[in-house]
Amino acid sequence: MIELLNIRKVFNTGKPNEFVAIHGVSLSMDANKVTVLKGPSGSGKTTLLSMIGCMSRPTSGRITLSGQEITSLPERFLTEIRRKTFGFIFQQFNLIKGITALENAMLPAYPSGEKEASMKKRAMNLFDLFNVSQKAYSKVEWLSGGEAQRVTIVRALINNPSIIIADEPTGHLDTKLSMEFMGIVNRLKEDQKTILIASHDPIVYDSSIVDRVVNIRDGRIEGET
Amino acid sequence: MRKWIERQRNILDFTLSSLSRRKRKNIALISVYTLVVFFLASIVFFTHSIRKEASIILKASPEMIIQRLVAGRHELVPMNYIDKIREIRGVSSVKGRLWGYYYDPITGANYTLLVSEDGQPAPGKITIGEGISRTRLVFEGDTIEFRTYDGVLIDLEIKNKISSESELISSDLILISENDFRKLFGTPKGYATDLTLQVKNPKELSTIAIKIAELLPDTRQILRDEILRTYDAVFNWRGGIMIVILLGAMLAFIILAWDKASGLSSEERGEIGILKAIGWETSDVILMKFWEGMAVSLSSFLVGIILAYMHVFFASSVLFEPVLKGWATLYPKFRIVPFIDASQIVALFFLTVIPYTVATIIPSWRAATVDPDTVMRA
Repeated sequence: MIELLNIRKVFNTGKPNEFVAIHGVSLSMDANKVTVLKGPSGSGKTTLLSMIGCMSRPTSGRITLSGQEITSLPERFLTEIRRKTFGFIFQQFNLIKGITALENAMLPAYPSGEKEASMKKRAMNLFDLFNVSQKAYSKVEWLSGGEAQRVTIVRALINNPSIIIADEPTGHLDTKLSMEFMGIVNRLKEDQKTILIASHDPIVYDSSIVDRVVNIRDGRIEGET
Repeated sequence: MRKWIERQRNILDFTLSSLSRRKRKNIALISVYTLVVFFLASIVFFTHSIRKEASIILKASPEMIIQRLVAGRHELVPMNYIDKIREIRGVSSVKGRLWGYYYDPITGANYTLLVSEDGQPAPGKITIGEGISRTRLVFEGDTIEFRTYDGVLIDLEIKNKISSESELISSDLILISENDFRKLFGTPKGYATDLTLQVKNPKELSTIAIKIAELLPDTRQILRDEILRTYDAVFNWRGGIMIVILLGAMLAFIILAWDKASGLSSEERGEIGILKAIGWETSDVILMKFWEGMAVSLSSFLVGIILAYMHVFFASSVLFEPVLKGWATLYPKFRIVPFIDASQIVALFFLTVIPYTVATIIPSWRAATVDPDTVMRA
């Protein structure tokens, strides 16, 4: 489903601080599977995730998504793919403060021009599903870490994407909440979602839910487990 | 189309709840903004209305006024001048006018007393302006006491109030009969305060004025156009002073707005990054900032305009009356009749709303064009 062909990513090209983050990575990932990119900080996991999620472009190489080449698409099309195909769960949650959990969850759907009532209904169903409906009208700064992450997951799912990208999702959670998160991942997998996680947390990569672990170090693939 | 409207609505909703998050900052900004619009609009409304009032007065005023001068001062005109002037070719009518000022010690106001050429009140009766009625609290049927030039007190009964489209003319005006006027001021029969003149062809006005000057060397001729120019100069000049002062205020506001709008805080920058990361396009972010700028500037604009309207037309421009109204002791107070020119509202809109909105959009556009993956590295 996702195909990376000889991907290279260079930051600050031509400057004295030029830095190669990814060195010619080729990888293919299947649909409806949980894949974990495992590696230490600075290994290039996040860079790889952001390129797969159409947030940035590789310096060279190609990425195809369900057979469609996406690296050369103009910005507008990339945004559309990002909105319709991907749901993102960030380590820092990246919720917008000052507005309610519900508004945060509906944010990715706002530009689609969908009626507010139907967005709201979908969001509330997801809030129910993840047991946070009682917090829907709370401001996000009042939420606990676990609640905030569940709101992030609802936001990631609001446009019903086929691929979920999670960057260090358990980075700010304790063991219990990390286990709960993996439970949610399992549920998403049962819902036929393709899940891509970058993590160096054993709770994540040792989990039985995970289908494939790709080891990354210094911008290169070092094998799989 | 429906999708387009829903998209605008959704983004506007988000913008409004976004704005309410920075309540203090935005309220402060809206207050300053409103104040600037209020001052600007007050000046525009005031100068426009007062000039409009002046033009109404002039429309009804004669084409030429002839006054007699003695030692450079305005004196009564003998009525026989009328016959002399009437003989000049091109003159269609000449009339003698009786008018004067009366100081009322009770209110400290000066009234203008005039013997109307068309339809004088009966002897013993007067018609008064709105301003006098308001100041002295007198109405139809009441009497006002006047002291004549030789110290005798006379009572004149109010027949009715003057209804006029301009209060500038009628506010301090009393229409009186010829008999009462002469009794009050001791103006001898056979004399008028000045003469008014109408001509057959307005193009001949200046020629006729020269002929009158030759025929009656002790008179001066005042043409309507000259009065118009004086009014214009007086009010333009005064409006101009205020606008120059306000330019300073405007400049300060523009710097404030530019600073607020162009200097996106790191928090706002971060939010734009999040929105981009979760699937907002650059155009969606710009749309949001556009609505934000519009919400702030449009509400300030509307509130400012409404306050200015109330200030000028209901509160007699109390804040800058001394500067704007030719002489500060205009009394009794008059209320300007509301005249609003749509083109001035549009000009104000373009001077205030548009620059602010643009100032909000540009920096957001710059922030929105960065790669969304910066959020992942926060």
